[in-house]
Amino acid sequence: MEKLNAEELGCKANEIRLDAMVMGKQAGGGHLGGGLSSMDIMTALYFNVMNIDPAKPDMPDRDRFILSAGHKAVGYVPVLAEAGFFSKDLLSTFNKLDSPFGMHPDMHKIPGCEASTGSLGHGLPIGVGMALALRMDKNPARIFVLLGDGETHEGTVWEAAMGAAQHKLDNLTAIIDYNKCSMDGPIDEVVSLEPINDKWASFGWNVIRVDGHNMSELLDAFAKAAGQKGPTVIIADTLKAKGMPFAEGDYLWHYGCPSDEQIEETRIYLEEK
Amino acid sequence: MPGLNMADIEKMSARDAFGSALVAAGEKNPNLVLLGADAIGSTRAAAFADRFPERTFNFGIAEQEMVSAAAGFALCGKVPIATAYGFLISLRACEQVRDDICYQNLNVKLMSTHAGLSMAAGGTTHHSTEDVAIMRSFANMTIVAPSDALETVKAVQAVIDYNGPVYLRMGRGSLESVYSSEFVFEVGKSIQLRDGGDVTLIAYGIMVAEALKAAESLALEGIEARVINMHTIKPLDEAAVLKAANDTGCIVTAEEHNIIGGLGEAVAGCTSAAVPVPVLRVGINDIFCGIGPEDGLRAKLGLTAADITAAAKKAVALKR
Repeated sequence: MEKLNAEELGCKANEIRLDAMVMGKQAGGGHLGGGLSSMDIMTALYFNVMNIDPAKPDMPDRDRFILSAGHKAVGYVPVLAEAGFFSKDLLSTFNKLDSPFGMHPDMHKIPGCEASTGSLGHGLPIGVGMALALRMDKNPARIFVLLGDGETHEGTVWEAAMGAAQHKLDNLTAIIDYNKCSMDGPIDEVVSLEPINDKWASFGWNVIRVDGHNMSELLDAFAKAAGQKGPTVIIADTLKAKGMPFAEGDYLWHYGCPSDEQIEETRIYLEEK
Repeated sequence: MPGLNMADIEKMSARDAFGSALVAAGEKNPNLVLLGADAIGSTRAAAFADRFPERTFNFGIAEQEMVSAAAGFALCGKVPIATAYGFLISLRACEQVRDDICYQNLNVKLMSTHAGLSMAAGGTTHHSTEDVAIMRSFANMTIVAPSDALETVKAVQAVIDYNGPVYLRMGRGSLESVYSSEFVFEVGKSIQLRDGGDVTLIAYGIMVAEALKAAESLALEGIEARVINMHTIKPLDEAAVLKAANDTGCIVTAEEHNIIGGLGEAVAGCTSAAVPVPVLRVGINDIFCGIGPEDGLRAKLGLTAADITAAAKKAVALKR
Protein backbone atom coordinates (compact mmCIF):
# COMPACT_ATOMS: atom_id res chain seq x y z
CA MET A 1 0.00 0.00 0.00
CA GLU A 2 1.06 3.55 -0.68
CA LYS A 3 2.26 5.20 2.52
CA LEU A 4 0.62 8.49 3.51
CA ASN A 5 2.66 11.26 5.13
CA ALA A 6 1.79 12.81 8.48
CA GLU A 7 -0.37 15.54 7.03
CA GLU A 8 -2.26 13.16 4.76
CA LEU A 9 -2.75 10.77 7.67
CA GLY A 10 -4.38 13.52 9.71
CA CYS A 11 -6.87 14.22 6.94
CA LYS A 12 -7.52 10.52 6.43
CA ALA A 13 -8.20 9.98 10.13
CA ASN A 14 -10.74 12.78 10.17
CA GLU A 15 -12.51 11.38 7.10
CA ILE A 16 -12.79 8.02 8.81
CA ARG A 17 -14.02 9.69 12.01
CA LEU A 18 -17.03 10.88 10.05
CA ASP A 19 -17.55 7.39 8.58
CA ALA A 20 -17.51 6.00 12.12
CA MET A 21 -20.04 8.58 13.33
CA VAL A 22 -22.41 7.90 10.44
CA MET A 23 -22.03 4.17 10.99
CA GLY A 24 -22.63 4.56 14.73
CA LYS A 25 -25.73 6.63 14.03
CA GLN A 26 -27.10 4.02 11.60
CA ALA A 27 -26.38 1.30 14.16
CA GLY A 28 -28.30 3.17 16.85
CA GLY A 29 -25.14 3.85 18.85
CA GLY A 30 -21.54 2.81 19.26
CA HIS A 31 -18.40 3.14 21.36
CA LEU A 32 -17.45 6.38 19.66
CA GLY A 33 -15.45 7.68 22.63
CA GLY A 34 -12.73 5.05 22.26
CA GLY A 35 -13.24 4.52 18.54
CA LEU A 36 -12.38 8.15 17.89
CA SER A 37 -9.68 8.57 20.54
CA SER A 38 -7.74 5.73 18.89
CA MET A 39 -8.49 6.77 15.29
CA ASP A 40 -5.18 8.54 14.68
CA ILE A 41 -3.25 5.53 16.02
CA MET A 42 -5.10 3.06 13.78
CA THR A 43 -4.85 5.35 10.76
CA ALA A 44 -1.09 5.72 11.20
CA LEU A 45 -0.74 1.94 11.41
CA TYR A 46 -2.92 1.01 8.44
CA PHE A 47 -1.89 3.84 6.09
CA ASN A 48 1.80 4.10 6.85
CA VAL A 49 3.42 1.80 9.40
CA MET A 50 2.18 -1.72 8.70
CA ASN A 51 3.27 -4.03 5.92
CA ILE A 52 -0.15 -5.12 4.64
CA ASP A 53 -1.85 -5.75 1.33
CA PRO A 54 -5.67 -5.71 1.47
CA ALA A 55 -5.69 -7.74 -1.76
CA LYS A 56 -3.70 -10.45 0.05
CA PRO A 57 -5.06 -10.56 3.60
CA ASP A 58 -3.34 -13.93 4.24
CA MET A 59 0.13 -12.78 3.13
CA PRO A 60 2.44 -14.75 5.49
CA ASP A 61 4.79 -11.90 6.35
CA ARG A 62 2.08 -9.29 6.86
CA ASP A 63 2.18 -7.27 10.02
CA ARG A 64 -0.58 -8.18 12.47
CA PHE A 65 -2.87 -5.74 14.28
CA ILE A 66 -4.99 -6.90 17.22
CA LEU A 67 -7.74 -4.66 18.50
CA SER A 68 -7.53 -5.84 22.09
CA ALA A 69 -10.04 -3.17 23.11
CA GLY A 70 -12.62 -4.81 20.85
CA HIS A 71 -15.34 -2.26 21.56
CA LYS A 72 -13.40 0.24 19.47
CA ALA A 73 -14.71 -1.70 16.43
CA VAL A 74 -16.82 1.31 15.55
CA GLY A 75 -13.54 3.02 14.70
CA TYR A 76 -11.65 -0.07 13.47
CA VAL A 77 -14.19 -1.39 10.95
CA PRO A 78 -14.26 1.83 8.88
CA VAL A 79 -10.44 1.89 8.94
CA LEU A 80 -10.39 -1.60 7.39
CA ALA A 81 -12.99 -0.53 4.82
CA GLU A 82 -11.02 2.60 3.91
CA ALA A 83 -7.86 0.50 3.59
CA GLY A 84 -9.70 -1.65 1.05
CA PHE A 85 -10.30 -4.94 2.85
CA PHE A 86 -14.01 -4.73 1.94
CA SER A 87 -16.52 -2.31 0.48
CA LYS A 88 -17.52 0.76 2.45
CA ASP A 89 -21.09 0.01 1.38
CA LEU A 90 -21.14 -2.69 4.05
CA LEU A 91 -20.67 -0.19 6.87
CA SER A 92 -24.39 0.57 6.95
CA THR A 93 -25.03 -3.01 8.15
CA PHE A 94 -23.06 -2.51 11.41
CA ASN A 95 -24.86 -4.23 14.34
CA LYS A 96 -27.62 -5.52 12.05
CA LEU A 97 -28.71 -9.16 11.83
CA ASP A 98 -26.27 -11.18 9.67
CA SER A 99 -23.86 -8.25 9.31
CA PRO A 100 -20.17 -9.23 9.22
CA PHE A 101 -19.58 -6.75 12.01
CA GLY A 102 -20.97 -5.14 15.08
CA MET A 103 -19.94 -3.92 18.50
CA HIS A 104 -16.97 -6.34 18.75
CA PRO A 105 -15.01 -7.76 15.80
CA ASP A 106 -15.20 -11.38 14.57
CA MET A 107 -12.09 -12.52 12.67
CA HIS A 108 -14.04 -15.13 10.72
CA LYS A 109 -16.38 -12.53 9.27
CA ILE A 110 -14.23 -9.43 8.76
CA PRO A 111 -11.55 -9.55 6.05
CA GLY A 112 -8.29 -8.22 7.48
CA CYS A 113 -9.25 -8.82 11.11
CA GLU A 114 -6.60 -10.96 12.84
CA ALA A 115 -8.39 -11.90 16.08
CA SER A 116 -11.89 -11.92 17.51
CA THR A 117 -11.94 -9.67 20.54
CA GLY A 118 -14.42 -8.03 22.86
CA SER A 119 -13.85 -9.13 26.42
CA LEU A 120 -10.89 -7.11 27.62
CA GLY A 121 -7.42 -8.39 28.41
CA HIS A 122 -7.22 -11.03 25.68
CA GLY A 123 -5.38 -9.24 22.88
CA LEU A 124 -1.97 -8.80 24.46
CA PRO A 125 -1.53 -12.48 25.44
CA ILE A 126 -2.76 -13.52 21.97
CA GLY A 127 -0.12 -11.15 20.60
CA VAL A 128 2.52 -12.83 22.78
CA GLY A 129 1.65 -16.19 21.24
CA MET A 130 1.76 -14.73 17.74
CA ALA A 131 5.10 -13.04 18.38
CA LEU A 132 6.64 -16.28 19.67
CA ALA A 133 5.27 -18.32 16.75
CA LEU A 134 6.42 -15.83 14.09
CA ARG A 135 9.85 -15.53 15.66
CA MET A 136 10.21 -19.35 15.60
CA ASP A 137 9.64 -19.20 11.85
CA LYS A 138 12.04 -16.25 11.43
CA ASN A 139 9.08 -14.32 10.01
CA PRO A 140 9.86 -10.56 10.00
CA ALA A 141 6.26 -9.55 10.74
CA ARG A 142 5.55 -7.13 13.58
CA ILE A 143 2.60 -7.49 15.92
CA PHE A 144 0.71 -4.40 17.10
CA VAL A 145 -1.80 -4.64 19.93
CA LEU A 146 -4.08 -1.71 20.71
CA LEU A 147 -5.20 -1.60 24.34
CA GLY A 148 -7.65 0.69 26.03
CA ASP A 149 -6.35 2.43 29.12
CA GLY A 150 -9.13 1.03 31.31
CA GLU A 151 -8.40 -2.39 29.80
CA THR A 152 -5.08 -2.45 31.62
CA HIS A 153 -7.04 -2.93 34.86
CA GLU A 154 -7.32 -6.56 33.71
CA GLY A 155 -4.74 -8.87 35.30
CA THR A 156 -4.11 -10.77 32.08
CA VAL A 157 -2.55 -7.64 30.59
CA TRP A 158 0.13 -7.86 33.24
CA GLU A 159 0.58 -11.61 32.85
CA ALA A 160 1.29 -10.93 29.19
CA ALA A 161 3.49 -7.95 30.03
CA MET A 162 5.68 -10.23 32.15
CA GLY A 163 5.68 -12.96 29.52
CA ALA A 164 6.59 -10.62 26.66
CA ALA A 165 9.55 -9.25 28.58
CA GLN A 166 10.68 -12.72 29.67
CA HIS A 167 10.64 -13.89 26.05
CA LYS A 168 12.29 -10.66 24.81
CA LEU A 169 9.70 -10.07 22.11
CA ASP A 170 11.29 -7.40 19.90
CA ASN A 171 8.50 -7.93 17.37
CA LEU A 172 5.69 -6.96 19.74
CA THR A 173 4.44 -3.38 20.13
CA ALA A 174 1.55 -2.46 22.42
CA ILE A 175 -0.21 0.87 22.10
CA ILE A 176 -2.28 2.24 24.97
CA ASP A 177 -5.06 4.63 24.01
CA TYR A 178 -4.69 6.73 27.14
CA ASN A 179 -7.85 8.84 26.92
CA LYS A 180 -8.08 8.97 30.72
CA CYS A 181 -11.65 7.74 30.82
CA SER A 182 -13.27 4.40 31.48
CA MET A 183 -16.97 3.63 31.44
CA ASP A 184 -17.80 4.81 34.95
CA GLY A 185 -15.81 8.03 34.88
CA PRO A 186 -12.39 9.64 34.71
CA ILE A 187 -9.93 6.78 35.12
CA ASP A 188 -8.09 8.46 37.99
CA GLU A 189 -11.35 8.37 39.94
CA VAL A 190 -12.08 4.74 39.05
CA VAL A 191 -8.65 3.09 39.44
CA SER A 192 -5.63 5.16 38.49
CA LEU A 193 -2.97 3.75 36.18
CA GLU A 194 -0.29 6.12 37.42
CA PRO A 195 2.65 6.09 37.37
CA ILE A 196 1.90 4.44 34.02
CA ASN A 197 5.34 4.89 32.37
CA ASP A 198 7.11 3.49 35.41
CA LYS A 199 4.76 0.52 35.67
CA TRP A 200 5.51 -0.64 32.13
CA ALA A 201 9.22 0.13 32.39
CA SER A 202 9.42 -1.89 35.61
CA PHE A 203 7.85 -4.83 33.77
CA GLY A 204 10.75 -4.76 31.32
CA TRP A 205 9.17 -2.84 28.44
CA ASN A 206 10.58 0.01 26.38
CA VAL A 207 8.24 2.93 26.98
CA ILE A 208 7.57 5.70 24.46
CA ARG A 209 5.17 8.46 25.41
CA VAL A 210 3.48 10.42 22.62
CA ASP A 211 0.64 12.76 21.81
CA GLY A 212 -1.76 10.23 20.30
CA HIS A 213 -3.23 12.84 17.99
CA ASN A 214 0.11 14.01 16.55
CA MET A 215 0.88 11.94 13.47
CA SER A 216 4.56 12.89 13.35
CA GLU A 217 5.05 11.78 16.94
CA LEU A 218 3.15 8.53 16.28
CA LEU A 219 5.23 7.73 13.16
CA ASP A 220 8.45 8.46 15.03
CA ALA A 221 7.35 6.22 17.89
CA PHE A 222 6.52 3.28 15.61
CA ALA A 223 9.85 3.70 13.81
CA LYS A 224 11.73 3.81 17.10
CA ALA A 225 9.88 0.74 18.44
CA ALA A 226 11.05 -1.26 15.41
CA GLY A 227 14.68 -0.96 16.46
CA GLN A 228 14.29 -1.79 20.14
CA LYS A 229 15.38 -4.90 21.98
CA GLY A 230 12.43 -6.39 23.83
CA PRO A 231 8.77 -5.37 23.69
CA THR A 232 7.77 -1.73 23.37
CA VAL A 233 4.70 0.07 24.66
CA ILE A 234 3.63 3.35 23.10
CA ILE A 235 1.56 5.24 25.62
CA ALA A 236 -0.53 7.64 23.56
CA ASP A 237 -2.14 10.57 25.34
CA THR A 238 -5.51 11.02 23.69
CA LEU A 239 -8.86 12.68 24.15
CA LYS A 240 -11.98 10.57 24.50
CA ALA A 241 -14.24 11.12 21.46
CA LYS A 242 -11.51 13.15 19.72
CA GLY A 243 -12.94 15.10 16.81
CA MET A 244 -16.51 15.46 18.03
CA PRO A 245 -16.37 19.05 19.34
CA PHE A 246 -19.31 18.61 21.69
CA ALA A 247 -17.90 15.43 23.26
CA GLU A 248 -14.10 15.62 23.43
CA GLY A 249 -12.81 14.46 26.80
CA ASP A 250 -16.25 13.48 28.06
CA TYR A 251 -16.38 9.98 29.57
CA LEU A 252 -20.15 9.92 29.03
CA TRP A 253 -19.38 9.53 25.32
CA HIS A 254 -17.89 6.07 25.98
CA TYR A 255 -20.99 4.86 24.14
CA GLY A 256 -23.46 7.04 22.34
CA CYS A 257 -25.47 7.87 19.26
CA PRO A 258 -24.82 11.20 17.54
CA SER A 259 -27.65 13.17 16.00
CA ASP A 260 -27.61 14.34 12.38
CA GLU A 261 -26.91 17.85 13.68
CA GLN A 262 -23.94 16.59 15.70
CA ILE A 263 -22.53 14.79 12.68
CA GLU A 264 -22.85 18.00 10.64
CA GLU A 265 -21.27 20.03 13.44
CA THR A 266 -18.36 17.58 13.49
CA ARG A 267 -17.99 17.71 9.70
CA ILE A 268 -17.65 21.51 9.79
CA TYR A 269 -15.31 21.36 12.80
CA LEU A 270 -13.01 18.79 11.16
CA GLU A 271 -13.00 20.55 7.78
CA GLU A 272 -11.71 23.71 9.48
CA LYS A 273 -8.73 21.72 10.83
CA MET B 1 3.52 -45.71 18.01
CA PRO B 2 7.21 -45.00 17.36
CA GLY B 3 9.43 -45.84 20.29
CA LEU B 4 6.57 -47.08 22.45
CA ASN B 5 5.45 -50.65 22.96
CA MET B 6 2.43 -51.96 24.81
CA ALA B 7 4.33 -53.71 27.55
CA ASP B 8 6.11 -50.48 28.46
CA ILE B 9 2.96 -48.39 28.31
CA GLU B 10 0.99 -50.72 30.56
CA LYS B 11 3.50 -50.14 33.36
CA MET B 12 3.23 -46.35 33.07
CA SER B 13 0.98 -43.94 34.91
CA ALA B 14 -1.33 -42.05 32.60
CA ARG B 15 0.84 -38.98 33.07
CA ASP B 16 4.01 -40.76 32.03
CA ALA B 17 2.19 -42.23 29.06
CA PHE B 18 1.12 -38.70 28.19
CA GLY B 19 4.72 -37.47 28.20
CA SER B 20 5.89 -40.33 25.99
CA ALA B 21 3.03 -39.80 23.55
CA LEU B 22 3.84 -36.10 23.30
CA VAL B 23 7.43 -36.83 22.33
CA ALA B 24 6.28 -39.30 19.70
CA ALA B 25 3.86 -36.71 18.28
CA GLY B 26 6.56 -34.04 18.34
CA GLU B 27 8.86 -36.22 16.25
CA LYS B 28 6.16 -36.49 13.60
CA ASN B 29 4.94 -32.88 13.55
CA PRO B 30 7.47 -30.02 13.58
CA ASN B 31 4.66 -27.49 14.11
CA LEU B 32 3.76 -28.97 17.47
CA VAL B 33 4.61 -26.60 20.34
CA LEU B 34 4.21 -27.20 24.05
CA LEU B 35 2.92 -24.50 26.39
CA GLY B 36 3.10 -24.88 30.15
CA ALA B 37 2.28 -22.88 33.24
CA ASP B 38 5.02 -23.82 35.70
CA ALA B 39 3.76 -27.39 35.85
CA ILE B 40 5.62 -28.91 32.92
CA GLY B 41 7.28 -31.32 35.33
CA SER B 42 4.22 -32.45 37.23
CA THR B 43 2.07 -32.86 34.12
CA ARG B 44 4.93 -35.01 32.70
CA ALA B 45 5.10 -32.83 29.61
CA ALA B 46 8.77 -32.47 30.59
CA ALA B 47 9.66 -35.36 28.30
CA PHE B 48 8.71 -33.15 25.36
CA ALA B 49 10.47 -30.14 26.86
CA ASP B 50 13.69 -32.14 27.21
CA ARG B 51 13.50 -33.40 23.63
CA PHE B 52 12.32 -30.13 22.02
CA PRO B 53 13.39 -27.19 24.21
CA GLU B 54 13.08 -24.74 21.28
CA ARG B 55 9.42 -25.73 20.93
CA THR B 56 8.58 -25.44 24.63
CA PHE B 57 7.27 -22.25 26.23
CA ASN B 58 6.77 -21.80 29.95
CA PHE B 59 4.42 -18.98 30.92
CA GLY B 60 4.85 -19.29 34.65
CA ILE B 61 1.79 -19.44 36.85
CA ALA B 62 -0.31 -17.58 34.30
CA GLU B 63 -2.79 -20.04 32.80
CA GLN B 64 -4.95 -17.32 31.29
CA GLU B 65 -2.02 -15.87 29.38
CA MET B 66 -1.00 -19.37 28.32
CA VAL B 67 -4.41 -20.18 26.83
CA SER B 68 -4.68 -16.84 24.99
CA ALA B 69 -1.11 -17.24 23.74
CA ALA B 70 -2.03 -20.71 22.49
CA ALA B 71 -4.61 -18.99 20.30
CA GLY B 72 -1.88 -16.69 19.00
CA PHE B 73 0.32 -19.67 18.13
CA ALA B 74 -2.56 -21.35 16.30
CA LEU B 75 -3.34 -18.15 14.40
CA CYS B 76 0.24 -18.31 13.10
CA GLY B 77 0.08 -21.93 11.96
CA LYS B 78 1.40 -23.83 14.98
CA VAL B 79 -0.36 -26.68 16.76
CA PRO B 80 -0.14 -25.65 20.40
CA ILE B 81 -0.57 -28.09 23.25
CA ALA B 82 -1.41 -26.12 26.37
CA THR B 83 -0.96 -28.11 29.55
CA ALA B 84 -2.13 -27.52 33.10
CA TYR B 85 -4.23 -29.11 35.83
CA GLY B 86 -7.87 -29.49 34.82
CA PHE B 87 -9.31 -26.95 37.22
CA LEU B 88 -6.88 -24.29 36.04
CA ILE B 89 -7.73 -24.68 32.37
CA SER B 90 -11.48 -24.98 32.91
CA LEU B 91 -11.98 -22.49 35.72
CA ARG B 92 -9.06 -20.05 35.85
CA ALA B 93 -8.77 -19.76 32.08
CA CYS B 94 -12.44 -20.41 31.37
CA GLU B 95 -13.13 -17.24 29.40
CA GLN B 96 -9.91 -17.57 27.42
CA VAL B 97 -10.98 -21.07 26.41
CA ARG B 98 -14.39 -19.81 25.32
CA ASP B 99 -13.39 -16.60 23.52
CA ASP B 100 -9.91 -17.28 22.21
CA ILE B 101 -10.03 -21.01 21.46
CA CYS B 102 -13.66 -22.04 20.87
CA TYR B 103 -15.17 -18.84 19.45
CA GLN B 104 -12.20 -18.42 17.13
CA ASN B 105 -12.43 -22.19 16.49
CA LEU B 106 -8.68 -22.71 16.58
CA ASN B 107 -6.64 -25.88 16.39
CA VAL B 108 -5.51 -25.79 20.02
CA LYS B 109 -5.16 -28.84 22.24
CA LEU B 110 -5.86 -28.20 25.90
CA MET B 111 -4.34 -31.16 27.70
CA SER B 112 -5.33 -31.28 31.34
CA THR B 113 -4.01 -33.55 34.00
CA HIS B 114 -5.07 -34.29 37.59
CA ALA B 115 -8.68 -34.81 36.50
CA GLY B 116 -11.56 -35.42 38.86
CA LEU B 117 -10.49 -36.27 42.39
CA SER B 118 -6.98 -37.37 41.48
CA MET B 119 -5.52 -34.48 43.50
CA ALA B 120 -7.45 -36.03 46.35
CA ALA B 121 -5.64 -34.61 49.38
CA GLY B 122 -5.30 -31.32 47.54
CA GLY B 123 -8.89 -30.71 48.45
CA THR B 124 -11.65 -28.88 46.66
CA THR B 125 -9.45 -26.10 45.24
CA HIS B 126 -7.43 -28.73 43.39
CA HIS B 127 -10.22 -31.05 42.30
CA SER B 128 -11.45 -30.89 38.72
CA THR B 129 -15.06 -31.92 39.01
CA GLU B 130 -16.81 -29.26 36.93
CA ASP B 131 -14.55 -29.17 33.88
CA VAL B 132 -16.61 -31.44 31.65
CA ALA B 133 -19.76 -29.41 32.31
CA ILE B 134 -17.96 -26.19 31.45
CA MET B 135 -16.29 -27.50 28.33
CA ARG B 136 -19.47 -29.20 27.09
CA SER B 137 -21.24 -25.86 27.07
CA PHE B 138 -18.76 -24.29 24.62
CA ALA B 139 -19.65 -24.58 20.94
CA ASN B 140 -16.88 -26.09 18.76
CA MET B 141 -15.28 -27.91 21.71
CA THR B 142 -14.42 -31.62 21.67
CA ILE B 143 -13.83 -33.41 24.99
CA VAL B 144 -11.80 -36.62 25.25
CA ALA B 145 -11.02 -38.56 28.44
CA PRO B 146 -8.95 -41.75 28.15
CA SER B 147 -9.37 -44.60 30.62
CA ASP B 148 -5.89 -46.11 30.92
CA ALA B 149 -2.29 -45.55 29.95
CA LEU B 150 -2.56 -47.26 26.58
CA GLU B 151 -5.66 -45.32 25.66
CA THR B 152 -3.94 -42.12 26.81
CA VAL B 153 -1.17 -42.69 24.28
CA LYS B 154 -3.67 -43.29 21.51
CA ALA B 155 -5.87 -40.38 22.56
CA VAL B 156 -2.97 -37.90 22.58
CA GLN B 157 -2.07 -38.80 19.01
CA ALA B 158 -5.71 -38.83 17.89
CA VAL B 159 -6.54 -35.39 19.24
CA ILE B 160 -3.38 -33.93 17.70
CA ASP B 161 -4.44 -35.36 14.34
CA TYR B 162 -7.97 -34.01 14.84
CA ASN B 163 -8.54 -30.47 13.54
CA GLY B 164 -10.18 -28.12 16.04
CA PRO B 165 -10.31 -27.27 19.73
CA VAL B 166 -9.97 -30.26 22.06
CA TYR B 167 -9.99 -30.61 25.84
CA LEU B 168 -8.15 -33.80 26.81
CA ARG B 169 -8.89 -34.86 30.39
CA MET B 170 -6.33 -37.07 32.09
CA GLY B 171 -5.83 -38.31 35.62
CA ARG B 172 -2.77 -38.09 37.77
CA GLY B 173 -1.63 -41.47 38.89
CA SER B 174 -1.61 -45.03 37.61
CA LEU B 175 -4.81 -46.22 36.03
CA GLU B 176 -5.91 -49.83 36.01
CA SER B 177 -5.50 -51.34 32.57
CA VAL B 178 -8.73 -51.47 30.64
CA TYR B 179 -7.23 -52.72 27.41
CA SER B 180 -5.05 -55.78 27.12
CA SER B 181 -4.86 -55.90 23.34
CA GLU B 182 -4.62 -53.55 20.38
CA PHE B 183 -7.66 -51.47 19.49
CA VAL B 184 -8.59 -48.57 17.25
CA PHE B 185 -9.13 -45.19 18.87
CA GLU B 186 -11.19 -42.69 16.94
CA VAL B 187 -12.36 -39.34 18.32
CA GLY B 188 -16.16 -39.41 18.65
CA LYS B 189 -16.49 -43.19 18.36
CA SER B 190 -17.11 -44.98 21.64
CA ILE B 191 -15.72 -48.43 22.37
CA GLN B 192 -17.87 -51.31 23.57
CA LEU B 193 -15.82 -53.33 26.02
CA ARG B 194 -18.39 -55.98 26.92
CA ASP B 195 -21.80 -56.94 25.62
CA GLY B 196 -24.97 -57.63 27.56
CA GLY B 197 -28.70 -57.28 27.09
CA ASP B 198 -30.04 -56.20 30.49
CA VAL B 199 -28.43 -52.83 31.16
CA THR B 200 -25.73 -50.61 29.64
CA LEU B 201 -23.00 -49.02 31.72
CA ILE B 202 -21.46 -45.96 30.06
CA ALA B 203 -18.35 -44.41 31.59
CA TYR B 204 -15.17 -42.49 30.84
CA GLY B 205 -11.80 -42.05 32.47
CA ILE B 206 -11.13 -43.83 35.72
CA MET B 207 -14.74 -45.02 35.97
CA VAL B 208 -14.42 -47.35 32.98
CA ALA B 209 -12.47 -49.88 35.04
CA GLU B 210 -15.10 -49.60 37.78
CA ALA B 211 -17.87 -50.21 35.25
CA LEU B 212 -16.13 -53.38 34.05
CA LYS B 213 -15.88 -54.64 37.63
CA ALA B 214 -19.55 -53.80 38.19
CA ALA B 215 -20.46 -55.78 35.06
CA GLU B 216 -18.64 -58.80 36.44
CA SER B 217 -20.48 -58.72 39.75
CA LEU B 218 -23.81 -58.11 38.00
CA ALA B 219 -23.16 -61.20 35.88
CA LEU B 220 -22.84 -63.26 39.05
CA GLU B 221 -26.40 -62.22 39.84
CA GLY B 222 -27.64 -63.04 36.36
CA ILE B 223 -27.70 -59.47 35.04
CA GLU B 224 -25.80 -59.06 31.78
CA ALA B 225 -24.38 -55.57 31.34
CA ARG B 226 -23.04 -53.93 28.21
CA VAL B 227 -20.09 -51.66 28.99
CA ILE B 228 -19.28 -48.68 26.78
CA ASN B 229 -16.17 -46.56 27.14
CA MET B 230 -17.40 -43.12 26.10
CA HIS B 231 -13.90 -41.69 25.76
CA THR B 232 -15.26 -38.78 23.71
CA ILE B 233 -17.85 -36.99 25.80
CA LYS B 234 -18.48 -34.34 23.16
CA PRO B 235 -19.50 -34.86 20.44
CA LEU B 236 -21.40 -37.73 22.04
CA ASP B 237 -21.56 -41.01 20.13
CA GLU B 238 -25.34 -40.81 19.92
CA ALA B 239 -25.65 -43.86 17.72
CA ALA B 240 -24.05 -46.04 20.40
CA VAL B 241 -26.19 -44.50 23.14
CA LEU B 242 -29.46 -44.99 21.25
CA LYS B 243 -28.53 -48.52 20.28
CA ALA B 244 -27.82 -49.26 23.95
CA ALA B 245 -31.18 -47.77 24.93
CA ASN B 246 -32.98 -49.90 22.35
CA ASP B 247 -31.04 -53.09 23.07
CA THR B 248 -30.91 -53.00 26.87
CA GLY B 249 -33.78 -50.73 27.90
CA CYS B 250 -31.88 -48.89 30.64
CA ILE B 251 -28.58 -47.11 31.17
CA VAL B 252 -26.26 -46.23 34.04
CA THR B 253 -23.62 -43.56 33.52
CA ALA B 254 -20.53 -43.27 35.68
CA GLU B 255 -18.12 -40.36 35.90
CA GLU B 256 -15.72 -38.78 38.34
CA HIS B 257 -17.43 -35.42 37.95
CA ASN B 258 -20.41 -33.51 39.25
CA ILE B 259 -23.58 -35.21 37.99
CA ILE B 260 -24.66 -31.74 36.84
CA GLY B 261 -23.49 -31.07 33.33
CA GLY B 262 -21.58 -34.29 32.83
CA LEU B 263 -21.86 -37.42 30.70
CA GLY B 264 -25.04 -38.49 32.52
CA GLU B 265 -26.91 -35.41 31.38
CA ALA B 266 -25.54 -35.78 27.87
CA VAL B 267 -26.75 -39.38 27.67
CA ALA B 268 -30.13 -38.58 29.24
CA GLY B 269 -30.56 -35.66 26.85
CA CYS B 270 -29.85 -37.95 23.93
CA THR B 271 -32.17 -40.80 24.99
CA SER B 272 -35.06 -38.64 26.21
CA ALA B 273 -35.50 -37.18 22.74
CA ALA B 274 -35.56 -40.50 20.90
CA VAL B 275 -35.61 -43.65 23.06
CA PRO B 276 -36.75 -42.63 26.56
CA VAL B 277 -35.42 -45.24 28.97
CA PRO B 278 -34.28 -44.99 32.60
CA VAL B 279 -30.87 -43.29 32.85
CA LEU B 280 -29.30 -43.36 36.30
CA ARG B 281 -26.25 -41.22 36.95
CA VAL B 282 -23.35 -42.27 39.16
CA GLY B 283 -21.17 -39.27 39.95
CA ILE B 284 -20.54 -36.58 42.51
CA ASN B 285 -23.87 -35.44 43.85
CA ASP B 286 -23.36 -31.70 43.56
CA ILE B 287 -21.14 -31.29 46.59
CA PHE B 288 -17.57 -30.15 47.21
CA CYS B 289 -15.60 -33.25 47.98
CA GLY B 290 -13.18 -32.39 50.77
CA ILE B 291 -9.87 -34.01 51.53
CA GLY B 292 -8.73 -37.60 51.74
CA PRO B 293 -6.90 -40.36 49.91
CA GLU B 294 -8.25 -41.04 46.42
CA ASP B 295 -9.77 -44.41 47.20
CA GLY B 296 -11.31 -43.21 50.43
CA LEU B 297 -12.85 -40.17 48.77
CA ARG B 298 -14.27 -42.17 45.91
CA ALA B 299 -15.81 -44.71 48.28
CA LYS B 300 -17.28 -41.96 50.44
CA LEU B 301 -18.73 -40.15 47.44
CA GLY B 302 -20.24 -43.22 45.79
CA LEU B 303 -17.89 -43.63 42.85
CA THR B 304 -17.03 -47.34 43.11
CA ALA B 305 -17.97 -50.48 41.21
CA ALA B 306 -20.39 -51.31 44.03
CA ASP B 307 -22.20 -48.01 43.50
CA ILE B 308 -22.49 -48.71 39.77
CA THR B 309 -23.77 -52.21 40.52
CA ALA B 310 -26.45 -50.86 42.85
CA ALA B 311 -27.50 -48.24 40.30
CA ALA B 312 -27.70 -50.89 37.59
CA LYS B 313 -30.06 -53.00 39.66
CA LYS B 314 -32.27 -49.97 40.24
CA ALA B 315 -32.23 -49.17 36.54
CA VAL B 316 -33.25 -52.72 35.63
CA ALA B 317 -36.10 -52.55 38.15
CA LEU B 318 -37.32 -49.29 36.59
CA LYS B 319 -37.66 -50.86 33.16
CA ARG B 320 -41.27 -51.26 32.08
